[in-house]
Amino acid sequence: MTATIWPALAALLVSAAGVLGLLLAEKQWAVIAIVIAAGVAMLVATRLGWDDRIRRSGGAHACTVSGVALALVVATAFVLREHNFALLMLCTVLLTIVAGLGLTIQFGHAGVVNFAGAAFFGIGAYAAAVLATKTALPHPLVILAGGVCAALIGSVLVLPLLRTRGHYAALITIAFGILFKTFLEVNDTLGGPQGLKVPGFALLGHAFNDPIAIDDETEWSFYLAYAGLSLVIAAAAYVLVRRLERSWIGLAFDAVRLDETAAAAFGVNVAAWKIAAFSIGNFLIGLAGAAYAMMTGFVAPTSFTFGDSLILVSIVILGGLGNALGLVPAALIVVLLPEKLQAIQEYRFLLFALLVIVILLVRPGGLLPRPMRDYSAGEIR
Amino acid sequence: MTASLLDARGLVVRFGGVTALDGLDLSVNTGETVGLIGPNGSGKTTFFNALTGFVRIAGGRAQLAGADITGLEPRRIAARGIARTFQRLRLLLDLSVFDNLMLGQHLTLDHGLWSSVFARGRFAAAVRGQAEVARTLLAAFSPGLPARLFEPARALTMIDRRRVEICRALIRDPALLLLDEPSAGMTPDETAELMTDLLAVKARRPALTVVIIEHDMAVIERVSDRCVVLDYGRKLAEGSYAEVAADPVVRRAYLGED
Repeated sequence: MTATIWPALAALLVSAAGVLGLLLAEKQWAVIAIVIAAGVAMLVATRLGWDDRIRRSGGAHACTVSGVALALVVATAFVLREHNFALLMLCTVLLTIVAGLGLTIQFGHAGVVNFAGAAFFGIGAYAAAVLATKTALPHPLVILAGGVCAALIGSVLVLPLLRTRGHYAALITIAFGILFKTFLEVNDTLGGPQGLKVPGFALLGHAFNDPIAIDDETEWSFYLAYAGLSLVIAAAAYVLVRRLERSWIGLAFDAVRLDETAAAAFGVNVAAWKIAAFSIGNFLIGLAGAAYAMMTGFVAPTSFTFGDSLILVSIVILGGLGNALGLVPAALIVVLLPEKLQAIQEYRFLLFALLVIVILLVRPGGLLPRPMRDYSAGEIR
Repeated sequence: MTASLLDARGLVVRFGGVTALDGLDLSVNTGETVGLIGPNGSGKTTFFNALTGFVRIAGGRAQLAGADITGLEPRRIAARGIARTFQRLRLLLDLSVFDNLMLGQHLTLDHGLWSSVFARGRFAAAVRGQAEVARTLLAAFSPGLPARLFEPARALTMIDRRRVEICRALIRDPALLLLDEPSAGMTPDETAELMTDLLAVKARRPALTVVIIEHDMAVIERVSDRCVVLDYGRKLAEGSYAEVAADPVVRRAYLGED
């Protein structure tokens, strides 16, 4: 029996309405009400088994549902066309998802820990700053180069990472993240502690930092253009990660994560697959960093701390380790809530830590646990 | 004279001060099923681990079909055509039965980045083809298994997990199959059933060479053409089951009689 499309569509519409409400809400009580409503909706859906129906319906109509999801993001951005701050938030969420996708391949699929996510985000950002200032490279290539730089510099860590496991590998990445930040602070060519200015993104002569003038009275926020850019990057990264997951490459990643001995016994080159996952992941994180830097126009070492790396890891765990879709609610919570609820801004690290602990205790698979790869349901796309 | 497929000469493996394999000589002919028996700690599993590259060989050499495999990495040995099972199952329990079998096919699958992301039609066709191969193989072991191809391996009973693990080792048609105590954790009836399946596979693939570690003497008697007894990392005796079982040295060391 094939599932109908309606459960997935309904879930998408309700979620989109909630996100739009959250982005537009200004009163604290409204924000709190939306958060509570979302939590209750999630609990009720799980209790009644709707989550399973939604997943099956989404899986059976993957193409249509993805198209609708994309259209809903575009619609959300359009509704927010005159709200600078809300659009900036939307872009930040989208680019955070891209970085989370990188971490998902590394940590969630191949089991390679990376507690230096913010450093690789920073490498992308600084690469974009330098390349856009010093070279005439077209800006889409600058963003790609940000990803490539992150992947290349990440390969410095490959040898120590392959020789260690578990806690020790985690420590190596932590050390790298801290070294990276210190390096930026003392490096005068890269602006030292003050950081660097980053030129805005430009495509075919259109500068994304210019407001979009519709007529004499109406002007749309320039963040609308960045929302489009972020959405293109996020959609491409999402499709890439989902397709890799559902391919023989994804199976090799899983085998390396779940049992290195069994994998090696059947010919899997464990080291090579770890390197592949680490590099693809860092590429995506660097990509997100480059786009984020061009959008905000400024990079500085203080944006790439160990705390920021931990936030990235907590997004991946919160959403459901290995499940790309889970990054969406997780990034929304982690990026939007502190901005929207001033009361918790000071305590955000504490609250995220608590949230991750609670999730690990009551729902160890995360908000949206990763489903088993199942080729019997639906088409393979 | 039949050619020997596996030829191990003077294999030595040491763990710190303990000598787990002490100059073991063992050769196995193509198509033969050799039963490997011996008390706990006599070096049976270490022999498998040495052959498949999971422990370092300190002395001696191993050849597969005339080519040296001593000291190669596990993945390279797998590529030469040795497949194995593990005493404590090493299925990927969170993945489907299909994915577990596909791990056995790893060396034949297309892992190109470009084709994985963009040639989805080709991938879908590969999945359909492999699912057919997997169903046929599983059906030879148990008629109920093919229908469970897309269930998590965790949902299977012990005997079905054993079957899937053996299928995973068989799917790429290895030259040499190493079975490490397939009866562990199963009832005698289940073991007998599994051995019937194994003999059926052997009947269809006469060139398949098997070395089987087993504590259950009834299994050894039933499936093996030849029996090798290990004790303290050395070969204690060798011959048909009847010969070995009658050997007074073996009875003393292994069956605890004096």
